[in-house]
Amino acid sequence: MKTNSKIEKIWDSGGFIVTSECGPPRGADAEIVRKKGEYLRGVVDGVNVTDNQTSVVRMSSLSACAILKGMGLEPILQMVCRDRNRIALQSDILGAAALGINNMLCLSGDHQKFGDHPQGKNVYDIDSMQLIQTVRQMRDEGKFLGGDEIKGKPVIFIGAAENPFADPFEIRAARLGKKVKSGCQFIQTQCIYNLEKFSRWMQMVCDRGLHEKCAILAGVTPMKSAGMANYMKKNVPGMDVPDALIERMKGTPKEKQAEEGINICVESIQQLREMPGVRGIHIMAIEWEEKVAEIVKAAGLFPRPEV
Amino acid sequence: MIVGNRKEFQEIVGMLGSNRRVLLLGCNECVTVCGVGGEKEVGVLASELRIHWKTAGETFEVKEHTLERQCDYEYIDQVRGFVGDYDVILSMACGAGVQYVAEAYKTKLVMPAVNTTFLGVTLEQGVWSERCQGCGACILDMTGGVCPIARCAKSLMNGPCGGSSGGKCEVDKEVDCGWQLIIDRLTELGQLDRYEDIIPVKDWRSSREAGPRKRIREDLRL
Ligand code: SF4
Ligand code: SF4
Repeated sequence: MKTNSKIEKIWDSGGFIVTSECGPPRGADAEIVRKKGEYLRGVVDGVNVTDNQTSVVRMSSLSACAILKGMGLEPILQMVCRDRNRIALQSDILGAAALGINNMLCLSGDHQKFGDHPQGKNVYDIDSMQLIQTVRQMRDEGKFLGGDEIKGKPVIFIGAAENPFADPFEIRAARLGKKVKSGCQFIQTQCIYNLEKFSRWMQMVCDRGLHEKCAILAGVTPMKSAGMANYMKKNVPGMDVPDALIERMKGTPKEKQAEEGINICVESIQQLREMPGVRGIHIMAIEWEEKVAEIVKAAGLFPRPEV
Repeated sequence: MIVGNRKEFQEIVGMLGSNRRVLLLGCNECVTVCGVGGEKEVGVLASELRIHWKTAGETFEVKEHTLERQCDYEYIDQVRGFVGDYDVILSMACGAGVQYVAEAYKTKLVMPAVNTTFLGVTLEQGVWSERCQGCGACILDMTGGVCPIARCAKSLMNGPCGGSSGGKCEVDKEVDCGWQLIIDRLTELGQLDRYEDIIPVKDWRSSREAGPRKRIREDLRL
């Protein structure tokens, strides 16, 4: 079933997709969402809105999506399985569609241990694979997981994330294959710093023909400092930051490190664009949304197509 | 077996409050094997309590008694003759045992001396590890004999998540990633093709989600 998703339209027309993300604030101030949205207006095709990322309580993804939608942006609703059971998930899927949100990203979610409420209980009634299946069933068959008929199907373009750098590496393409089989239509990857390893993963993905069934968006995150590079390498599970990159950041004077981080990001995008099978870029500028326009322009990805 | 940890001594003392006549009840099954609530541990806790109250200069009485099981009425009933001599029963069994003792002696205070933790195995002397969450509909045949519910921190049916690194779980570098174990085992069995199967949404009614469970075997009833 075709959706109104801008991402889907660009994918169908053979174009190159650019998405970014907006982390909702830790409070009820809608202005913060609008300000971040303003930075991204016209420079990307879709904006992910994270769902309590790293298990820290924030404004709900659905609400922030509605705010962005109201501004005329194309939000991508992130939904994790950590906090809601199948009843709440399906209810939010319907709510999202009713608000005109065209895209969803189905995720397992970080464990609550990493967040501000490690004392909490997690849900994991279903997992990300099964969430993909759920959205597809609701949209294409018009049925809830329980089997009842839905009056007014949620017409949503379905995405998921994949981390090419997590272990075991050998099954990572197979896992993506399962997501595609479940109904996933676009993938945003974990931040890529190790391009050589990513290209090996991409090769496995292409060998399975998955790049033809699903838009692969390569994820990038500009580093603000050598400290951040180091932190990501050491503390973020499943993150692969090569030493050469850390050295390059360290070798740059402190006041120039942010600029160098942007340069590295732009260079990566240029290399990723050339990789067979890559159909887009997902720029995760964490609390640095104001830099996205600069990155998109420097990478030669501006202006964005009208669809 | 069921694995537990003994509560901290100070917590036990706090829990007992002003009750100074204690029937300390051990259990000969799981809690004996995992060294938290058998005859030996009953002896240790009883001595700790005696020393504590003696040092404080107060009177205190504890009776040590270890039952064959605290999850069967016939054994619990064995203390009926002297239970009335005590203010409180401090049970060193698992949570099931503590409750069944309380059910048997409706007017008696019953308190837990053990935190019941998991269903697991003995890895080596003094080391136990969780294996099962009693979901009521076992899928070990699909996952190479490794349980994704008990051994994946997110109970993912279709893992591993993006946090699996070097065989370890994103939650703790000391904990094996359950899905890495599943993949390793499937590989050893020459069944890695099974990884391509998507495990469907689980019906949790067989688990605790449908409310407290009860099992009746008509063929065994008297
Ligand atoms: S699948 Fe269920 S019954 Fe089987 S080991 Fe796991 S939790 Fe226990
Ligand atoms: S790292 Fe492995 S065990 Fe831990 S949550 Fe992810 S899949 Fe589960």
